[in-house]
Amino acid sequence: MNVPRRLTLRVVALGYLVVILLAPLAMVFYRTFQHGLEPVWQTLTNHDTLHAFQVTLIAAAIAVPLNTVFGVLCALAIVRRRFRGKGLLNAFIDLPLAVSPVVVGLSLYLLYQRTGSWFGPWLDARGIQVLFAMPAIVLATIFVSVPFVAREVIPTLRELGNEQEQAAATLGATRWQRFWRITLPSIRWAVIYGVILTTARCLGEYGAVAVVSGRIEGKTESATTLIDDMIQNFQTGGAYAVAVVLAVIAVLVLVLMTLTKPKEEAF
Amino acid sequence: MIVVLPIAALVWESKRDGAHAFWQVVTSPEALGALKLTFGAAFVVVLINAVLGTITAWVLVRDDFRGKSLVNSVIDLPFALPTIVAGLTLLTLYGPNSPVGIDVAYTRTAIVLALCFVTLPFVIRTVQPVLLELDVEMEEAARSLGAGQLTVFRRIVLPNILPGILSGSVLAFARALGEIGSIVLVAGATLHTEVASVFIFNVIQDGEPAEASAVAIVLLGAAFVVLLAIGALRFYVTRYERA
Repeated sequence: MNVPRRLTLRVVALGYLVVILLAPLAMVFYRTFQHGLEPVWQTLTNHDTLHAFQVTLIAAAIAVPLNTVFGVLCALAIVRRRFRGKGLLNAFIDLPLAVSPVVVGLSLYLLYQRTGSWFGPWLDARGIQVLFAMPAIVLATIFVSVPFVAREVIPTLRELGNEQEQAAATLGATRWQRFWRITLPSIRWAVIYGVILTTARCLGEYGAVAVVSGRIEGKTESATTLIDDMIQNFQTGGAYAVAVVLAVIAVLVLVLMTLTKPKEEAF
Repeated sequence: MIVVLPIAALVWESKRDGAHAFWQVVTSPEALGALKLTFGAAFVVVLINAVLGTITAWVLVRDDFRGKSLVNSVIDLPFALPTIVAGLTLLTLYGPNSPVGIDVAYTRTAIVLALCFVTLPFVIRTVQPVLLELDVEMEEAARSLGAGQLTVFRRIVLPNILPGILSGSVLAFARALGEIGSIVLVAGATLHTEVASVFIFNVIQDGEPAEASAVAIVLLGAAFVVLLAIGALRFYVTRYERA
């Protein structure tokens, strides 16, 4: 391809990335720190802000391990087993990727609302509050981050085949030994990559959490809904401070993603 | 358990009041406007990202320049960055206090911009691996037989990467239909810029979850269609391997 055309395409592609990704992100960092570190620090050490981060971290700390185990089990079932409804399971795993987070939130809302729902009245009678409390936030977070580990592990398992496991089985290895000694080490990078994606999604979830959390300041406010509320209340500086923390986490996630990408796996 | 039950509750709730009530909500001017805007914006965004995504993927595979691997990593930023932060970043540069003098806040342009941001990686990430595997010799052979640049692209490169472009576009379309986090801040609270997900959100806040469920069902239906389309595409692409 001739040089001018090559350069044109390069400029178009890079220009698009700068205009839509990099310039806006750089601007947020500039706006956050333009009045120095003091106001940023004050926002971040404020009780409500700390609590919001705590809510986000707790939800992620529950959702990530759960979805990791579930994702690996699902991937194993889908690749290695034949059973009825396999296609259905395959489709339902992808569902959270295709469905709007608001729809997810609404579904949980309808399932757990106090009157006229399936679970709400029963739980309410026993004094358990799900909606507008921590359990709903956790459920919403789990829902939206279900697919990532399974999606990463499935192709790796397919490529791996099961000859090694069969060989181990003929040598008398139990099912448990085969999983820990052979399967898991071979898929570990895919699992790690999936966990990173899951974590990013959990920390950044907004739509589903915003619907079910009730956004009570200092109680059920998460880091992402806090940004929204701060903007609505014209506390722009505070919103920038919280956003920058999440952006820094995102950049870290990006670095980890680059380092662990499954296709660059080296043995 | 976690995925299916809530969805079942949603479908059940929307059917409880009958098809007539469902139809009435969906065809109300506000809901209809929101749905039209959502599908329209998603369509525009997918077109933009299909073209620019393909160009970007091509540049990343065939071109060579300093810092290319860095650019390659940056592509995934929209996956890693919380959507609400994405909305805030766009509002900072292209909002009321814009340092470059572009203020599109609370307009439909802002919605398209936000959706372009969050759906950016999809087409690039589906086209890139196909381009990497594509044999350059095929293109050289065509050129040696006298095919022009455009002919080579149209007859050889495009047919090969088309399934990638399509599946990336379908994923991006699904994502664009349901997106809320990046939109709430840049779209504001005007009727003119209310997309379906924001509409649902507002109706729930008003204490009318049953009404919200009708519009939610439309989005859910669209999600199922998207999943089916991806399944069909996968089936079509692997038709030779299965034979």
